[in-house]
Amino acid sequence: MSAMGRELKASYAFVERNFNLTKRYWGWEAAFLVYALAGALSITLIGKEQGDPRLILSLMIGAIFWNYLSVVFSFIAETIAWERWEGTLEYTMMAPVRRTSQLLGSTLYAILYGLVSTAVILAVLVAFFGLDLSHADFLTAAVFMAVGSLSFVGIGMMAAVLPLLYVERGAQMTFVLQSLLLLVSGVYYSVEILPDWMQVLARFSPATYILDGVRRGLIDGTPVTSLVGDIWPLLVMAVVFIPLGVRVFGLAERYAKRTGKLKRVG
Amino acid sequence: MSIILEPRRTELAPAVTPDAARRAECGPDDASPAVASGLPALRIDHVTKTFVVGRHKRPVVAVDDVTLRVERGGILGILGANGGGKSTLIRLISTLLTLDAGRIEIFGLDVERDEMAVKRLINRVSADAAFFKKLSPAENLVYAARLYGIAPSVARGEAVRILARLGIAETRLDRPLEQMSRGMQQKVAIARALLTSPTLLLLDEPTTGLDPRSKLDVQTFIEELRSTHDATIVLTTHDMDEADRLCDHLAILDRGRVVAEGTPAELKARVANELGMPPTLQSVFMTFTGRSLDDDVEEAEPDDD
Ligand SMILES: Nc1ncnc2c1ncn2[C@@H]1O[C@H](COP(=O)(O)OP(=O)(O)OP(=O)(O)O)[C@@H](O)[C@H]1O
Ligand SMILES: [Mg+2]
Repeated sequence: MSAMGRELKASYAFVERNFNLTKRYWGWEAAFLVYALAGALSITLIGKEQGDPRLILSLMIGAIFWNYLSVVFSFIAETIAWERWEGTLEYTMMAPVRRTSQLLGSTLYAILYGLVSTAVILAVLVAFFGLDLSHADFLTAAVFMAVGSLSFVGIGMMAAVLPLLYVERGAQMTFVLQSLLLLVSGVYYSVEILPDWMQVLARFSPATYILDGVRRGLIDGTPVTSLVGDIWPLLVMAVVFIPLGVRVFGLAERYAKRTGKLKRVG
Repeated sequence: MSIILEPRRTELAPAVTPDAARRAECGPDDASPAVASGLPALRIDHVTKTFVVGRHKRPVVAVDDVTLRVERGGILGILGANGGGKSTLIRLISTLLTLDAGRIEIFGLDVERDEMAVKRLINRVSADAAFFKKLSPAENLVYAARLYGIAPSVARGEAVRILARLGIAETRLDRPLEQMSRGMQQKVAIARALLTSPTLLLLDEPTTGLDPRSKLDVQTFIEELRSTHDATIVLTTHDMDEADRLCDHLAILDRGRVVAEGTPAELKARVANELGMPPTLQSVFMTFTGRSLDDDVEEAEPDDD
């Protein structure tokens, strides 16, 4: 078996494991879906109250795609936190698997999971508000989601490091990061209303470009070919953030092994 | 197997274990291709590990200049009081901690330089059976096996065989692990480690928390492993009978230092001859860990076990 094949199989181990966990915690997953749905609905209802169809769509897209991004992000960020909680972290870390394969597997599953939950919420909301998406360019939305997920993966890897460094509260700290991204990325409002210094930060958040692209695709039906200017920052971020994420993770692992932070008990 | 505690110039009289004797009779060691022959299974050379803990950044020397050597097929027992550094030493061998000083080699492979290759040769069982508790034993074991490149069907077959040997029926394999008792979970943990056929097996208190029969099952199994699988084992335990029964060499760790080593018989003879104590490992332990129970309480380190 080639080294590459072996690593891919190892990656699959993480996909399968996470799938099994989702199955076993299905009640939880259902509850979480209800939570996400209720959140998206209540935000979108603000648009309804204003009687502005464009605002409805814009808020809906904000709510749904923010949900997608936070699912992907937190899944990756929680891979470590979860294993520490179960106590399996040491066993996973001592297995002959490259960290990239591990992160690749977790990431792949996170994206699959995020897509499924997003599709459900999108379908429910479209039905609830009787929205007309016949002008929408779904290809544009899909391309932005796909490319954008990649840069989020890199950030997720860096966030995954927090539970390695801070044994007790590391997982909660990933929420802080998440809420800051929410603040600056124009999820529910346009970034132009932010103070200048926040607009500078917005430019470094992949979510800014993803939401902008998805909105233009779904609301205005803009073809992806005329949005290249929004795609390339995402590509650059993916190319920078993923290797950076792997590198940061490696450094954190080394730090954890030096200071004895991998263990839970015994 | 021989353990060298002080650096010796020559290896004068390595203790002859039944295993070594058997191999000597069979002529040259027919090593498996994965590992080079002639090299010690484990070489720990002047290893030190310090943790910095607490608000005052107080350094704790968990493992202090330890040098040990285990030949292939041997079982080395590590004894010592709570906080003596046993688990830390096991973690250093398992690549879960980095070394502050010294080096560790497994069949000539350096744990830090050749980390991946070392990982393929080892596995570890610790006193707490760490699993995804909502998943079934089968799911947990298949996951673990995949990480070592073992196909699920093979893993399942092996798991059934090993667990049957330890008294767990196949029907239990597909129910959530959280429904098992602690001892049963511990047996699944043992199966997880053996599934990957490790050449060096690290057992950190594998029988802690098992009932007397289960304990015997596991001990018998460890003996079988050694004779049938050509595995080298490092075992930590607080059970002196277990150490006596399984180990052909013992090292006693006290506050991170190796304070005594030898075969169980040698150590027992030593306390009997020098101190007139009963020739038991109990006396050996009490002598070399140097603390009565009262001292232990007074000096008790905040142990997170
Ligand atoms: N990850 C860690 N972080 C900080 N200190 C640690 C860590 N692991 C161990 N120590 C400290 O190192 C010392 C040795 O601990 P270790 O767990 O190796 O002992 P042990 O011999 O296995 O004890 P026990 O018999 O209780 O299992 C103790 O003082 C312990 O507090
Ligand atoms: Mg221990």
